[in-house]
Amino acid sequence: MTNALHINGEIHTIDAEPSTPLLYVLRNELGLHGPKFGCGLGQCGACMVHVDGRATYSCILPIAAVGARKITTLEGLLEEGKPNKLQQAFIDEQAAQCGYCISGMVMRAQALLLVNPHPTDDQIRKHMRPNLCRCGTHAAIMRAIKRAAV
Amino acid sequence: MPFRRVIVAAVVAVALMLLAGFAWTWRPAIAPIAAAERPSVDEPTFRHGAELAAIGNCNDCHVGDSGKPYAGGRPIPTPFGKIFASNITPDAETGIGNWSEEAFHRAMHEGVDREGRQLYPAFPYDHFTKATSDDVHALYAFLINQPLVHNAIPPSQLAFPFNFRPIVAGWKVLFLRETPLRDDDSKSAAWNRGRYLVEGLGHCGSCHTPRNILGAEKRNRAYAGGDAEGWEAPPLNSNSVAAHKWTADQLTEYLSTGWHRLHGAAAGPMADVTYNLAQAPTQDVRAMAEYIASLSAQSAAASIAPAPRHGNPVAGASPEIVAIYNGACANCHNDRNDVGPSKAISLSLSSAVRESGSANTVRVILQGIEPQPGSPGAYMPAFEAMFGDGEIGSLAQYVRARYTNQPQWTDIRQEISKARQGGS
Repeated sequence: MTNALHINGEIHTIDAEPSTPLLYVLRNELGLHGPKFGCGLGQCGACMVHVDGRATYSCILPIAAVGARKITTLEGLLEEGKPNKLQQAFIDEQAAQCGYCISGMVMRAQALLLVNPHPTDDQIRKHMRPNLCRCGTHAAIMRAIKRAAV
Repeated sequence: MPFRRVIVAAVVAVALMLLAGFAWTWRPAIAPIAAAERPSVDEPTFRHGAELAAIGNCNDCHVGDSGKPYAGGRPIPTPFGKIFASNITPDAETGIGNWSEEAFHRAMHEGVDREGRQLYPAFPYDHFTKATSDDVHALYAFLINQPLVHNAIPPSQLAFPFNFRPIVAGWKVLFLRETPLRDDDSKSAAWNRGRYLVEGLGHCGSCHTPRNILGAEKRNRAYAGGDAEGWEAPPLNSNSVAAHKWTADQLTEYLSTGWHRLHGAAAGPMADVTYNLAQAPTQDVRAMAEYIASLSAQSAAASIAPAPRHGNPVAGASPEIVAIYNGACANCHNDRNDVGPSKAISLSLSSAVRESGSANTVRVILQGIEPQPGSPGAYMPAFEAMFGDGEIGSLAQYVRARYTNQPQWTDIRQEISKARQGGS
């Protein structure tokens, strides 16, 4: 079954079962490896992408439910091929240790900054709570988000 | 004109009644105390007070901004308007710092604040009045020694005539029974302890009992199910729709961990209740469980037979909705005994899916279930950003058809729009 998906500003025609999670299509069909497979249960946030600007778990979003909504992945945040302000802030603050969660962290943080460009520490903590990092780089992630929010 | 005379007479009668009521219900202020006059507290009393505050779920309403305990300010929706929970930290100006124990006891038992003002029964003194003086003492000792937070609470936003506090005195005449509970000698000590906690500080009936037009619990329908901030507080009596009749053992586990494999996870306001009860003494939670289990039918069978664990075949289901269910829901709700890290049970066991209204199913799909801090408890992601209203409604109806033998819901659209607006 073919589905037309709007991803990072382009329309892609995908031939896949309608129950296929968006994450599998992004990684396996389109080679977008920013979003990661973590738990596959919508628990950890490594797979996070934007659906119409809102942070969403792509591992539990079947393509049948995407419709005409616009998908953005970590790759879609690049500005003229370069890291955007938030991505650069994550690099500058060395906010990754193993790095597996970071794509999801960036996407989730970007969704916050889209609606609230100057969040308080409390707002950042509350917003980022669903995303897990097992290395414990939370302090650096906080710094990166605050750097980008200035 | 006789009509006009009737109106005038009625207005005069109402005014007189109000005046009489006001005079009769007037309560004096109790003298403020200075910080130095606060009683000293020994550690066991303080700890006992902490346990009672957990059983009473005080902080669920009285929580402050950024989770500051007991600092108040949380808006509490009622059918009559909005009330803001008070600051019950020992700040003299905005909290209860200058309340003596006598003033605190009067608030708990009679619903009157230190200055003599009537308190609205959103503060459930209709239950707290059953608490013994010893327990009120421990609770006072605990609260008066909390970290002080200066936090002025906005005035309540109630429609006329409910914004006129003295009318609460009339409500109390009708609905407040200050007589203490007397032990039922034909029942076990645990049952009596459980009843004391459930009917008193636990105030379970505040949500699980339906309310009348004046906002009081209907005594003749105790525990027949009620409303909890838009969620349905399911019936605890024989009207329970649970797929397995609750036993005291199951309730003990559920209340102290927020989850049971035959009933699923506590969600919405109940999630906070179970988080609090996790910090209460086990024997008290067990006693509450025994009393609650005794409220429902004696027969061990469920009142409504459950659907098969893997569900019924659903004729005419839209392939798109089945695909969405398989892609978004079935990874966790796999219908196997092994519930996996999300602790997702077969939906054939879910009371939310079996209830006659869709309120809880809709809210769980939209808002998910947050794990309790520091615990590997049940978890469900919020789907509110992922699915539109049409998909949420169709998914809920599909789940209802597949996992129960009950008719389709008729209230889905209203519940989705209420839940999306965050209203009750």
